[in-house]
Amino acid sequence: MRRILLYVIILTTGFIFLGRLFYLQVVDDSFAVRSNDNAVKVVYDYPQRGYIYDRDGELMVSNQPSYDVMVIPRNLKPFDTTELCAIVSLERKELERRLDKAKIYSPFLPSVIVPQLTKSEYAFLQEKMRNYEGFYIQKRSLRDYHVDHSANVLGFIAEVAPATIKKNPYYSSGDLIGRKGVESVYEDTLRGVKGVKYIQKDKLNRDIGPYKDGIYDTLPERGKDITISVDSDLQAYGEYLMTNKRGGIIAIEPSSGEILSMITAPTYDPADLVGRKRSPNFSKMWLDSTARPLYDRSILAQYPPGSPFKTMNALIALQEGVVDTDDTFSCHHGYSYGRGRKMGCHAHSSPVNMNQGIAQSCNSYFAQVYRKIIEKYPTPQEGMDAWNKHVRSFGLGDYLGNDLSTGRPGKIPTSEYYNQIYDYPTYKWYATATLSNAIGQGEVLLTPIQLANMTATIANKGWYYTPHMIKKIDGKPIKDERFTKKHQTTIDPENFEPVIQGMHDVYNNGTARSLQIDGIEIAGKTGTAENFVRVNGKRMQLTDHSIFVAFAPVDDPKIAIAVFVENGYWGGRYGGKIASLMIEKYIKGKITRQDLEDYVMDPKNSLEDEYEKPYSGEPFLINDGKKNGWL
Amino acid sequence: MARKTAGFDWLTILIYFLLVCFGWANIYSASLGSGPAGNYFDLNEVYGKQALWIGLSIFIIVIILAIEVKFYQRFSSVIYITALVLLAGLFVFGKTISGATSWYAIGSFRLQPSEFAKIATALALAKYVSDIQTNIKLFSHQFKAFIIIALPALLIVPQPDPGSAMVYAAFFFPLYREGISALYLVLALTGVLIFVGTLLIGPIWVTIAVVVLAALSFLLKKKKRPGIPLLLFIVVACIGLSFSVNYIFNNVFEQRHRDRFNIVLGKEVDSRGIGYNTNQSEIAIGSGGWTGKGWTEGTQTKGHFVPEQHTDYIFSTVGEEWGFVGSGIVVLLFVCLLLRLIFLAERQKSQFNRIYGYSVVGIIFLHFMVNIGMVIGIFPTVGIPLPFFSYGGSGLWGFTILLFIFIRLDSDRLSF
Repeated sequence: MRRILLYVIILTTGFIFLGRLFYLQVVDDSFAVRSNDNAVKVVYDYPQRGYIYDRDGELMVSNQPSYDVMVIPRNLKPFDTTELCAIVSLERKELERRLDKAKIYSPFLPSVIVPQLTKSEYAFLQEKMRNYEGFYIQKRSLRDYHVDHSANVLGFIAEVAPATIKKNPYYSSGDLIGRKGVESVYEDTLRGVKGVKYIQKDKLNRDIGPYKDGIYDTLPERGKDITISVDSDLQAYGEYLMTNKRGGIIAIEPSSGEILSMITAPTYDPADLVGRKRSPNFSKMWLDSTARPLYDRSILAQYPPGSPFKTMNALIALQEGVVDTDDTFSCHHGYSYGRGRKMGCHAHSSPVNMNQGIAQSCNSYFAQVYRKIIEKYPTPQEGMDAWNKHVRSFGLGDYLGNDLSTGRPGKIPTSEYYNQIYDYPTYKWYATATLSNAIGQGEVLLTPIQLANMTATIANKGWYYTPHMIKKIDGKPIKDERFTKKHQTTIDPENFEPVIQGMHDVYNNGTARSLQIDGIEIAGKTGTAENFVRVNGKRMQLTDHSIFVAFAPVDDPKIAIAVFVENGYWGGRYGGKIASLMIEKYIKGKITRQDLEDYVMDPKNSLEDEYEKPYSGEPFLINDGKKNGWL
Repeated sequence: MARKTAGFDWLTILIYFLLVCFGWANIYSASLGSGPAGNYFDLNEVYGKQALWIGLSIFIIVIILAIEVKFYQRFSSVIYITALVLLAGLFVFGKTISGATSWYAIGSFRLQPSEFAKIATALALAKYVSDIQTNIKLFSHQFKAFIIIALPALLIVPQPDPGSAMVYAAFFFPLYREGISALYLVLALTGVLIFVGTLLIGPIWVTIAVVVLAALSFLLKKKKRPGIPLLLFIVVACIGLSFSVNYIFNNVFEQRHRDRFNIVLGKEVDSRGIGYNTNQSEIAIGSGGWTGKGWTEGTQTKGHFVPEQHTDYIFSTVGEEWGFVGSGIVVLLFVCLLLRLIFLAERQKSQFNRIYGYSVVGIIFLHFMVNIGMVIGIFPTVGIPLPFFSYGGSGLWGFTILLFIFIRLDSDRLSF
C-alpha cells in the first residue's frame, strides 16, 4: 500500500493532464478561432476598381486617389500644431479632440485624423510630413466621375453593410461595395479580387511581420472595365430636359435591346456622393420624401400608361381577328355602355377606323374594340386571359429579367384578379367592368422601361431583346444569353403594319402633328393619364400625367423611347416634346426644333408648383386652364 | 579498494536530457523577438543564457557524479544549515525582482537560494529519518522531521514566494513511505475537500453533506462502528473548518487570492484581468490541435500573448507549437521519469538513499502537477517553474543537482 500510493497519484495526474489536453487541443476547436482572432491580422490590398465607359467609349467613371492623414498616437512627438491646423484647415480644438479620440481607440493602432485631403492640401502636407512624427498619409481610392449626370445609371459605392458581410464572406468591415446601378449589378466584375496579407500581431496589436512568411498571401487582381449601352450625350440632354419636372424616360435601341438612356427626375450629380460631402448629401436626398431624388422613377415608378396602351389593344384585336383595319366605330364625345355609364372622349371627326382611332386617340373606338376582344370568348374570364396572354408576351406585367439593380413588375390584370375583386361567382362581371384597360387606365400599370420595351417591340414588329445596360466587359462584347435571345410576341408581324402606320400618322396629322422633326420619320403615341394621390389619408386627383412613346426612323428604328412626366397635363405638352427632341438629338446629334426645347425649359413651364399643390393644404385646381397656352 | 559499482541509470539521464533540450527549444521560440533570429548562443537573449546554463549544468553533473558518495550523507547537516543561512540572509542582502525578495545578486549574476534549499532539506530529512536513533512512528520524531521541513518553508513564505514554500508538502511522500500514519494524508485531503466544497456550494451544504455521511457510516458499518464521541468530534471539526474557511476566504484573503481560486472553480470568468494568463494560455494550447503549428510558428507565442511564457507558462508553447502529440509526450516523459525514480528509490538498500529518492520524486511531481495544472487551467495560479523546462539558471541547476545526487547515490547502491 505504502509503495503503491505515489504510483497511483502520478499515473492519475498523468491521465487527467492527457485528458484535459485532449479536450483543449482536439475536442474543443473554439480555441483555434480565438487564437487567429487575437494573433493574426488580415490586411487587404485593394485593386483598382474597373472603369465605366459609355457606348461610344467615352470615359464616365474612373478612380481618383484620396489621402487620409493617419496617426499612431504612441509614435507622436511634439509638433507645430498651429502649422498643421493651417495646412489641413482644422480648428486647433478639433484637432486635439480627434487626437484624444484616437488615443482612446488605441495608442498602437492607426486612426484617421483628417479624411480625404484635397489635392492641394495633400501636395503641401507631403512636403512637411517629416516634421510630424507619428502621422502618416494613407492613400485610398475613390470614384472619379467624368460626367455630372447618370447618377441613377451608375449608382455609387459605399461601405458594405453588416448584413452583406454575413451573407458574402468575400467582404469585410470597411470594404466598399457598389450600391444601385451598374456599380451594384456589375460589382463582381468591377471590383476585381482583393489581395490578402496575413500579418502576425503581438499582444499590443502591433505588426511583427508576415504570418508564416506570407505563404497564404495573395496578390490583388484588377477590376475589369465595362462599357455600358448608355449614350452619354443623350442621357445628359434628357436629364437637362427633365429639369423642374418629375418622371422617367427610357430609350432603347430596338435592334439590340440596349438601353440608350435611363433618366429619372429629379436626380443629382454623382460626384455629390463622393468624399467628405457624401454623408450630408445622402441624408438630405434620403429625407426628401416628396421629390425622392434617390428613387429611380424610370424603373421603379408604376404609372397608368394611358393612351399609348391603345396600340396594344389594336394589335390584339387584329391578332384575334375581331376587327378589320377598315371597320369604323362612331364616337359622340365618348362611349356609352349602359345605365348611364359613359367613357368620355375629346372632339374629333366620327366615325373612325383603326388608323384614325390611333392618330386621334379615340377612347370610344378602343372601348368598343376592347369589348370585342373580351366578348369573342364564351365567358369574360376566358376573354380576359386571352387578352392577358397577349399583353404578357411583350414582357409586361412581370419583371423583365434585365441587368438593372432594381425593378417592378407593373400590373396586367387577369381573370382571377377580377374574380377576386367582384367576388365571383357570387357576383358576375363582364367586359364593361374592365373597360378602362382599353385606354391604359384603371388596373393597368407599367414602369417607363416596360412601356419603352413595348414600343421597341412594336418597332421590331413583334420581337424584343430583354433591355439591358451592359455592352462590353473588358473590351469584349457580351455573350449573356439573357440578352442575346429573341423574345417573340404572340402577334404576327403583318398585324403591326397598320398600328405602326397609325402611330406614324399621330405625327403626320394626329395628336403630335406639331412635334414633327424635319428629315426624321417618327411613329409615336400621346398619352394623358388620370392619377390620384393619398395625402394624410385623403385621396386626391392630381393633374394628369404627360406620357409619350415614339420610335424612329419608322423604316429602320434606331431608337424607341417612352417618356413619363408626372402631372404634365397632357401627352403632347411635355412628353411629346421631350421624346421628339431626344430622338432628334440621338439621330442627328443636334437640335433643329429649338422652339420645343425653349418651351420645355422655360422656367414659366416648370412643374414645381404643380408638385406643391397636394401638400399646400389648400384646395387646388387640376388640369387648370392657366397653362393651356400652347399645345 | 575495489568497490563494486552499479553504474549510472542511463534511462533517467536520457529523459533528463530530452526534457532539458526540448525545454530549450521552447524557450527559444517563446523568447524570440520580432527581429531576425540571431545566434542561438547570443548571451543578450534569454535563449542564449539558457544555453549557457545548460552547458554549465553538464559541468555540474560531472562534478556531482565525481564526488565521493559518502559526502552527501556526511555533510547534509552542513549543507542544510548553509541553505537556512542563505535563506535568512535574503532578508538583509536580498534583491527584489517583480515583488519578491528571492535573489542574491552578484554583478549581473543572480542566484535564487530557494531552488537549492529543497535539496538541502531532502538531504537533511533523509539523514535524520535514516538515523538509527530515529523512529518515525513516534510522534516526537515526526515533529522533529516536521521542523526540518518547515524551517526553510517558513523562511521562503515571507519573500513572498508561497508557491515555492508549498512545494515542501512534497516531503510527505518520503515520510509516508517510511511509515507515518496515512491519517495525516486523510486529514489533509479532508481539509482540501472541505475547503473546495465550501467555496463551491457554501458551508450550509457542506454541513448537510458531513452529517449525512457520518450518519451513513454509523448505520452501515455495524461491525467496526466508530465511537459516537469520535464521530461527533469529526463532524463538529469538519463543520467548524467549513465555516472558518468561509470566513477566512471572504474576510482574510485578499481579492487576488480569491480570484485565483474562483477562476479554477469556474465561478468568475474575467479574461482581461486576473483570468488573462489562464485564458491566453488555454487559447495558445487549444489552438495547437493534434500536431501543433510547428516550431517557432506559434502565433500566440510569437505575439507574446501569454505572460511569463518562457518561465512558468513554458508548457503553453509546447501545446501551441507541438500540439497534443508534443504536449502529450512531455507529460508522458515526466510520468516515466517519476515512475523510474520510484523504481530506483525502491531498489535502494540504504534508507538514506530511499528517503532522498522519494523526496526527489515528491518535489519533481509537485512542480509538475502544480505547473502544468495551472497552465491548462485546472489548478489555481501558483508561480512555480516546470522542472528542466522553464527558463532560469537557479531552477535548472537546482533540479539538476537534486536529480543527479540521487543518480550518484543510486550508482553506489551495491557498496553497502
